[in-house]
Amino acid sequence: MTAPDVAVRPVYQRSTGTRLTLWLSRLGWRHAVMWVVAAFAVFPVLFVVSAALNPVGTLSSSQLWPTGASLANARELFQNTPFTTWYANSLFFALTNAAVTVLLSALAAYAFSRMRFKGRRVGLIGLLVIQMFPQFLAIVAIYLMFSNIGEVYPVIGFDTRWGLLLVYLGGALSINTWLMKGFFDTVPRELDESAQMDGATHAQVFFRIMLPLVTPVLAIVALLVFINTINEFLMASVFLRDTASQTLGLGLYQLVDSQRNANFGMFAVGALMLSLPTLIVFWFLQRYISEGLTSGAVKG
Amino acid sequence: MATNRSGTAGAPGKGAPARPALPGGRFSGNGSLTGQLVKIALLGLFTALGVWAVLPLYTAGNWWGIGLAVAVVALVYWVYLSKRTVPAKYLVPGVLFLMAFQIFPVLYTMSTSLTNMSDGHRGSKEQAISSIEAYSVVRGEDSEEYVLTVATTGDPESGELVFLLTDSEGDAYAGTEEGLSELERAEVGPSGKVTDAFGYTLLTPSQVNARSDDLQDFAVPTGDGSGIRSSGLSSAFEGNAQRAYDEACDCVTDSETGKVYTADDERGAFYGEDGERLAQGWQVGVGFDNFARFLLNPTFAASFFSTLVWNIAFAASVTFLVFVLGLAVALTLHVPRMRGKVVYRILVVLPYAMSSLAMYLLWRDMFNADFGLFNRMLGLQVDWLGDAWAARAAVILANVWLGYPYMFLVATGALQAIPRELGQAAQLDGAGPWQAFRHVTLPLLMVAMAPILIATFAFNFNNFNAVWLLTRGGPFGAEGTASGGATDLLITYTYRLAFSEATAQYGYAAALSVMIFLIVSVTSVISLSRTKALQEVDR
Repeated sequence: MTAPDVAVRPVYQRSTGTRLTLWLSRLGWRHAVMWVVAAFAVFPVLFVVSAALNPVGTLSSSQLWPTGASLANARELFQNTPFTTWYANSLFFALTNAAVTVLLSALAAYAFSRMRFKGRRVGLIGLLVIQMFPQFLAIVAIYLMFSNIGEVYPVIGFDTRWGLLLVYLGGALSINTWLMKGFFDTVPRELDESAQMDGATHAQVFFRIMLPLVTPVLAIVALLVFINTINEFLMASVFLRDTASQTLGLGLYQLVDSQRNANFGMFAVGALMLSLPTLIVFWFLQRYISEGLTSGAVKG
Repeated sequence: MATNRSGTAGAPGKGAPARPALPGGRFSGNGSLTGQLVKIALLGLFTALGVWAVLPLYTAGNWWGIGLAVAVVALVYWVYLSKRTVPAKYLVPGVLFLMAFQIFPVLYTMSTSLTNMSDGHRGSKEQAISSIEAYSVVRGEDSEEYVLTVATTGDPESGELVFLLTDSEGDAYAGTEEGLSELERAEVGPSGKVTDAFGYTLLTPSQVNARSDDLQDFAVPTGDGSGIRSSGLSSAFEGNAQRAYDEACDCVTDSETGKVYTADDERGAFYGEDGERLAQGWQVGVGFDNFARFLLNPTFAASFFSTLVWNIAFAASVTFLVFVLGLAVALTLHVPRMRGKVVYRILVVLPYAMSSLAMYLLWRDMFNADFGLFNRMLGLQVDWLGDAWAARAAVILANVWLGYPYMFLVATGALQAIPRELGQAAQLDGAGPWQAFRHVTLPLLMVAMAPILIATFAFNFNNFNAVWLLTRGGPFGAEGTASGGATDLLITYTYRLAFSEATAQYGYAAALSVMIFLIVSVTSVISLSRTKALQEVDR
């Protein structure tokens, strides 16, 4: 938006009726539409909140509007399930994967943006091509691979954190690297050239000059990877079969799978807890989000 | 902007660096002391990792593995110690992960898709024969009896089973699927049960019970057609195999029934003359049989193509609805000075900020026929997830709810980039608001939105969570879960074949994966060639 809208201001006084008609045709219907849309957007969230507070804790007794405020469901979740372990696992995967992916991706993006070398073109196109083969499509092969790896190295076999993390990191170089490279390209070269003149090494240019300048894109990529990892189900369900090693998402799935009606209150608390980190990150990064999203990374 | 300078920054192969930095921007050679120390520490750590990786490979005698590990360590040393490999220093970490856990699995999927790999066809022919022989062991008159302690290597629930056996003289043995070996450093209790064994996890009775199915199929081959099987939780016997393999005729003969099963090296199993198959087979290449099965075989092909049609319809309709709704909301809010705009925005984006995994499960429970919110609030009796079309509608609705906030954000950004004056100019020229939108705003918008729409389509084409967490691909027809369900995507169908059915069909599932690769890459190549993404390569 460049210039503010130039509206013609009336110099004479309109009657109340005319003003109301004008308001309705200009803004009134917009408010009406937005009320409907907002209601559509909010009602499932409202339902899950009221179910979490519902003292009875079953699906059949949960109403759209809270019928009571009790922490019984939360207490039950903490006592009857390994909730803290699940939560810790989820956060471990999401945080570690986000951090390492950002680092690996930024390293590669720096090379692609600032250096000219043999294979650069092939590498960049290759990254695009690989996007057509989402990692989870190869899940059969990954499963077979890790049933062999797990025999030699139990530390990274099934039911371990490190095995699944390694697989997640296989997707570190992805479209996100493109996103980062595009952002790196917008940083003027004069900056790193002048640093080189002053005797900085390539590593110093990267860590001291580039990284601080591209923080927004690092934040966006971290956010996207975090969200994707915490919601990842397919590979986690193949890798983590032992209850104690599972993530919160898998745990919640089983919670409502076996006892759909009775466990719903516990599930609702868990669902809110699983959404909490995402909500927090969204809140803090909101000014970067629409800008980063338009540049091409996808969720939903 | 960069063309006239290309080849200056970090150009490889320019020889040893000089200090002070030369004009022209060559990087200086050695950084700070801290940098050097960090580098040495990281390389040391990596070497330690390499040694750790080689040790178990050495024990297992896996020379290919050792060669690979050494090669990787050598590559890393070369890249980080040479002064001529600057770009590689930045690319190697990510690329190593990419090779190991993305490119290799994709290739492995392709090779698996050409085999009959499945439960019962996992190992080699020798393994199949020894397991057939051991499995057919029956108790003879002079059978040796053992006291049995069930153990595993690794985790009690999934580790490989091991029989810790104590014979009448009190000697302890460890029996695996490979054979029997003497057990050293084991403590044997008064009952003959092993109470502690180095390297093995002893199972409690309840843990043994949990794995009773595995136990049923477990036998320790002891050579010459005999083997050891369990007879209860704490005893085992050695007996003679009823079925014996004869190399001369390449067949297995059942000594009790006299039946002969001949090896079929094309199908990887032993077949009797009446077509009866022994359960334990081996892995063989089957060429393109897996592909032929779902492309040509009438029953499988019907299932595959109906799944494919629904898969495309699902991705297309979700993309379309999400786009229309997101754009409509963005247009509604695209007006200067509207009260409550910020609040509306936050509320509309709320679904996007919730955990999608949890929200899918929530929608599934809202659609629940007996206790769900929709049926209770609207007073309906619809079996949402049990009826094919209702389930399809439910899946699409839930996805639109989760997906449109993203489109709203993107469309808002795109709308703000279009100068308002364009629309106003069109209106001055006599265009109505709809015409101005249709012929001025929308075309400009589509330029920015087209790549996003393609990406959304590709994402939803393989949106596993959307279907698996809501319906698991169901409802299913008369054939049950082995064929495609009404809401099955190709990816959920593949997943069920490999991980959720009684007999896992890895080869067939891998063939389906390869099919998805092909479909997605054809669509992507077409759409990519129409976007500008590739031009960026040469910047």
